[in-house]
Amino acid sequence: MRLDGKGQVDRGTPVRFHFNGQGFSGFRGDTVASALMANGVKLVGRSFKYHRPRGIMTAGSEEPNALIQVGTGDAMLPNVRATMQEIYPGLETRSQNHVGPLNMDLLSVNDLFSPWLGAGFYYKTFMWPRAFWEKVYEPAIRRAAGLGRMTRKASPEESERAFGFCDVLVIGGGPAGLMAALTAARSGADVILAEEGAALGGRLLSDGESIDGMPAEIWVAETVAALRETGRVRIMTRTTVTGAYDGLTFGAVERVSTHLPHDPDLPRECFWRIRASQAVLAAGALERPIAFPNNDRPGIMLASAIRTYLNRYGVTPGEKVAIFATNDDAHHTAVELIEAGVEVSAVIDPRDDVQAIGDYPLHAGAEVIGSHGRQGLKSIEVRRGDETFIVAADCLGLSGGWNPTLHLTCHQGARPVWNPTIHAFVPLENAIEGLHPAGACRGTFDTAGCLGEGVEVAALALRALGKRIRKPDLPVADDHSGATSALWAVEAKGRAWLDFANDVTTKDVKQAAREGFASVEHMKRYTTQGMAPDQGKSSNIGALAVLADTTGRGIPDTGTTTYRPPYTPVALGTWGAGARGKGFAPQRFTTSHKAVTTRGAPMIEAGLWYRPSYLPQPGETHWRQSCDREVNMVRNAVGIVDVSTLGKIEIIGPDAGAFLDFLYTNTFSTLKPGRVRYGLMLREDGHVMDDGTTACLAPDHYVMTTTTAFAGPVMAHMDFVAQALRPDLDVRFTSVTEQWAQFSVAGPLALHLLNAVLDDPISDETFPFMQCGAVKVHGIDGRLFRISFSGEHAYEVAVPAAYGDALYRDLVARAESLGGGAYGMEALNVLRLEKGFITHAEIHGRVTAFDIGMQGMMSKKKDFIGKAAATRPGLLDENRERLVGMKPVGPVKELLAGAHLYEADAEPSRVNDIGYITSAGYSPTLGHVIALGFVNNGPTRVGHHIKMVDGLRGVTTEVEICDPVFFDPDGGRARG
Amino acid sequence: MARLTARTAFDGLLPITAGDLRLEEVTHDRITWVSPLKGQMAKVSRALDKAVGADFPSPNTHAKGVVWFGPDQALVLGKSVEPMNGAAMVDQTSAWACCALDGSEAAEVLARLVPIDLRDKSFGVGAAARTMLGHMNCVLMRTGKTRYEIMVFRSMAETLVHEVERAMKMTTARHSLTP
Repeated sequence: MRLDGKGQVDRGTPVRFHFNGQGFSGFRGDTVASALMANGVKLVGRSFKYHRPRGIMTAGSEEPNALIQVGTGDAMLPNVRATMQEIYPGLETRSQNHVGPLNMDLLSVNDLFSPWLGAGFYYKTFMWPRAFWEKVYEPAIRRAAGLGRMTRKASPEESERAFGFCDVLVIGGGPAGLMAALTAARSGADVILAEEGAALGGRLLSDGESIDGMPAEIWVAETVAALRETGRVRIMTRTTVTGAYDGLTFGAVERVSTHLPHDPDLPRECFWRIRASQAVLAAGALERPIAFPNNDRPGIMLASAIRTYLNRYGVTPGEKVAIFATNDDAHHTAVELIEAGVEVSAVIDPRDDVQAIGDYPLHAGAEVIGSHGRQGLKSIEVRRGDETFIVAADCLGLSGGWNPTLHLTCHQGARPVWNPTIHAFVPLENAIEGLHPAGACRGTFDTAGCLGEGVEVAALALRALGKRIRKPDLPVADDHSGATSALWAVEAKGRAWLDFANDVTTKDVKQAAREGFASVEHMKRYTTQGMAPDQGKSSNIGALAVLADTTGRGIPDTGTTTYRPPYTPVALGTWGAGARGKGFAPQRFTTSHKAVTTRGAPMIEAGLWYRPSYLPQPGETHWRQSCDREVNMVRNAVGIVDVSTLGKIEIIGPDAGAFLDFLYTNTFSTLKPGRVRYGLMLREDGHVMDDGTTACLAPDHYVMTTTTAFAGPVMAHMDFVAQALRPDLDVRFTSVTEQWAQFSVAGPLALHLLNAVLDDPISDETFPFMQCGAVKVHGIDGRLFRISFSGEHAYEVAVPAAYGDALYRDLVARAESLGGGAYGMEALNVLRLEKGFITHAEIHGRVTAFDIGMQGMMSKKKDFIGKAAATRPGLLDENRERLVGMKPVGPVKELLAGAHLYEADAEPSRVNDIGYITSAGYSPTLGHVIALGFVNNGPTRVGHHIKMVDGLRGVTTEVEICDPVFFDPDGGRARG
Repeated sequence: MARLTARTAFDGLLPITAGDLRLEEVTHDRITWVSPLKGQMAKVSRALDKAVGADFPSPNTHAKGVVWFGPDQALVLGKSVEPMNGAAMVDQTSAWACCALDGSEAAEVLARLVPIDLRDKSFGVGAAARTMLGHMNCVLMRTGKTRYEIMVFRSMAETLVHEVERAMKMTTARHSLTP
């Protein structure tokens, strides 16, 4: 019910929204919870396990009951706390976890079976018959128990991420946080002030207090204005700091537009990584409920929440309110309700010696032991001594004291400390260096104390920063927090809830202890207490207190469970903001990208690069047709392929040759200017790292090529070698992969084609195999390398990337006029397979130079990386799996990469495995499938017949082992 | 003889605008990587000063088109430099996609993408960094109060536009939010 003249919502702006399809109206500034409350709605959801009717319990992010679905279609988000979701025009919300309408949930039958659904029920009840678990029990339980529904597709609403930096991060915008931020900003520090709610002020907006003789909300407004005036404070409202990570880096979720109608350009949330030099934790405290039988009925809530709804939103959750509290503070709630014109039917306080501070019936030394009302509270049962009586109430406020919100101080492993005076855990001193708790989160509950601590703690942070401290004047405020006693659970018959979100009662905790799960961590997992979306914010301490009582160990010895980030649930779409679709990884496009995609080439990804798979011609309906044509084209005319993706590293300096000698197994210092050499690189462990050619452009000046896949790792390796292993060498190097567009021109007509684009023609004599040099290509300075990955007479011609598109189109057009054309990765792969050239399919990280038959390239005359390890006997064992070629010889003609090899008569089992196939393809040149792979002692077994079995694809092929070089074994074609 | 037409790295993808933010291509006639050999730093710095009017830049700075690029490495942007004794030099004119982001909220846009501290006191005008922009390696320079130059690999030009454009739109859209 809305109360006149109360609250801070904008009464001039009514807002319509929907809950379960029904229209409701509230005001701007309302949450779904406050607006539903204003409309008299009490039942807002069903509980997790027993499907009991549930109402709003809190006014903050700790809400265990009022979880709703927000939005429609794929944008729907489940488990949103109705207490945090602000209303906006057109907002669609729904309650969760019921079959049929909310008020007649068919699964509420679960509540009748509750004796069988207690702690650990799924470990015991559904054990027999065994096969029923997967097929019957688990699906049924999954359907019955649970919270929100998942959408199947990604939400169309995007979030963003951002990086923030500040001198002082202040977490929480209540009295302590405001004073801390003001002190820090006035002392010249850059401040980020993060507040979870929509407005700064914290409890000051809820408690109807006065500060410096003015209403607290006026003081808050003036202080916020003073903060803005400093020009040093970034105020971030609707921002929850979710985790404290190493080096004072904090995760925070800003709800950017969850309070507004959808705008496609506005991020829904922003995930902040905030790096602070110092931080002040002023996160406040959470009130704790009291466990008594049937304490989960709609209408039963926290006393402080009643006060928030009253003062901040101008609504009352009931017309006849009772309070059950163990402390003086909650009595103020009764007084404020009366002042607002709401009837207070009773205040029940278990302490014998309390006095009423207003005009309400006080039952001192009494406890609430039960509640009545099917879908909303109608009355409570009170016990005082031997006497029990009924009190009419449609709302009951609970206050079992306060738990400091110290979660962030524990995110790096610290455990909180029990303070017996205030019956609460407080942060461990210096739990995280540089994170200073202040105010209620440190156990200081009076307003004056919070304001003062905000200043003092900010001064600590500023001292650490070396700033001159300028303290603002301390405002005058209430310095009494009032007395409190501890009451966790009332002794009475019936189920008393501790964890409302996961349906865990005092009985469950006691049963866990009886069954041996007496450690707090075991109890948590056995009962699932604290494992719901609220992570036990209002139940963890109560549950461990009940456990302590049951085991007789006391609260400090029982201890808490582990506090882990995030403090509140974070949507996966928010964690991963920006990483969807094209944001997942950069796309690298070659300069020929437009030309090949225009020709309809399907692209394949090679690392981050996109390369054409094949270039279909009209009439070709299958990739093999295109691939075979392209292979024949290269073997018989000339083909063009973009090889710019290979890593290119320019190496310069007087010790460049020595550096290469140390990197490669073979020698490069003897390479003459104008010549190219193939090289093999090992890792320190003696296995092959990468291969490629290196050209000597001039004395002390080389350009190395790496494979596409290993361009980055080789560059990193070289940096490491130069900086850490051979700092004695005078050498400099940098990647030129992006500078040069490089195209392979391959085939018998390559020289003919090339001379049409070079300003100065070359010949076999002036430019023999493995030659390199500077050339002019259509007047542009370029580089030419006579190297071949196809086995044909071939060149790689390079021009600055700005001219790549033009040169590629020119080369392809000229090739086409010669009966050749562009080819793609499929044909490139077949061409190199025919020649037995390796790629990272073969040098996959577990093979040695010996395994690929290149032990001869390991120089005996010099040291190189991997030399010692590569010569260990185990890496030179004849019987290792070694590189061979293969072809099918039986009726089955298929060879498949990834398939394993066995002796012809052996059972295809793990112990009989003698090797595997790494690459396979159809060779149009040879007219059959060929493959490369590794076979035990393979090179000595050429001509033997073995068996390929592909267990996944169900193919068995009789195979003949052959030399890996299938075509032109003496290399005459490439040498010309 | 055919003539080869040069294309710029962004090849028509830029400029783009959002609010007062503008992302535009920067083309340099020449980009040269310069790295002094052992013991040659002072000599190369002098030669550089003579050639372009700027010393070899100290780490994380840029001035007059010379930007620090790594340990003992710099890029000379724009001007063509003759070979210098004692320095390894490599032409990188085509290798980089260079652009400038300008606007009152340029730093806010970059804060969505770049993980380093861009506050005035740590990244003022004249500051430079090799850092990440999204998942891309980049060179970032602050060239004015509200102007930043960004360089990424030429092959990643499209991704850069995609990432920065999205951040520009989202930053601008926040104007509709009341404080």
